Amino acid sequence: MHSFSYRANALLTFSLTILALMCAMASLTDNFNSPSPTATVQILNVNRFQKRSNGDDEVAITLNISADLQSLFTWNTKQVFVFLAAEYTTPKNTLNQVSLWDRIIPTKEEAKFSVKPKNKYKFIDQGSNLRGRDFNMTLHWHVMPKTGKMFADKLVLPGFRLPESYSYR
Amino acid sequence: MGFIGDQIDSLKSLKVRQALEQVITLGMIVSSALIIWKFLMCVTGSESPVVVVLSESMEPAFQRGDILFLRMGEDPIRAGEIVVFNIDRREIPIVHRVIKVHERNDTKDIDVLTKGDNNDQDDRVLYAPGQQWLQHQHIMGRAVGFLPYVGYVTIIMTENPIIKYALIGALGLLAITSKD
Repeated sequence: MHSFSYRANALLTFSLTILALMCAMASLTDNFNSPSPTATVQILNVNRFQKRSNGDDEVAITLNISADLQSLFTWNTKQVFVFLAAEYTTPKNTLNQVSLWDRIIPTKEEAKFSVKPKNKYKFIDQGSNLRGRDFNMTLHWHVMPKTGKMFADKLVLPGFRLPESYSYR
Repeated sequence: MGFIGDQIDSLKSLKVRQALEQVITLGMIVSSALIIWKFLMCVTGSESPVVVVLSESMEPAFQRGDILFLRMGEDPIRAGEIVVFNIDRREIPIVHRVIKVHERNDTKDIDVLTKGDNNDQDDRVLYAPGQQWLQHQHIMGRAVGFLPYVGYVTIIMTENPIIKYALIGALGLLAITSKD
């Protein structure tokens, strides 16, 4: 009964159980955090608005994004992935989500920021529906834990509208 | 005598009935592992409920050797979610983030574009030649939970088969010779 292998086995099992339990509890404590992030987004300029050779609309814009996501961070947070997506409906599609910009936030200190980027990913429609199109800018965040369950939420900023006509610089 | 000597002694003293019992115990262990895996498949709706991260394309979120728990679920795929997908004629599934979604009005079919957080380009270079979008049938599941480092064991074992067989052998020997 009290051989070396028996004791080693018992010790290993016990420590793994404790470790798993601690991971589970660390993940559970995330539920006590009720974050209240804030964000504002502006379109500073429409740099280019054209129809591509295959018929799809493409627009290039400069954005102004300010956000305070510090309340998302807990002791079990490894990073927050934040991205801004243009979301709109067209006659063909019930939903179009096009990522325009994203950022990985590794620490709480960097979670309050203000940036003026050009769109990082191409804003291309499936078709030619962008002229005069009303759309929402949605700031999504995905909270990556050190261990356990991942969280995600978003802030919808409505009331954006693309120009009525193409523009070539 | 030490550890190995103990094991050999206990092997020598085995009787037929006892040996049979040990074989059955071993079979129970293997089949219960299989039962748990199949049960997880049913619950999560994903054909592989747990995957090990093999590449660095999602760093710093996921590193090599981290374990991801997948779920399929009824909800439609949306931008920002981390999905596991399989490209036709590619063996290894890829874990990347969705950056664009277009959902058709009439059929509810979806077109999805993915990208690794740590990659400069989107995944069109990884897709099959000429493929612009992922459809629903390519997606095996979405990541819902995360456990660091645990999967590194499997990476070590796939890269060094000798360690794998040594480990399986040692565990098998322990299971057969243990007397509780």
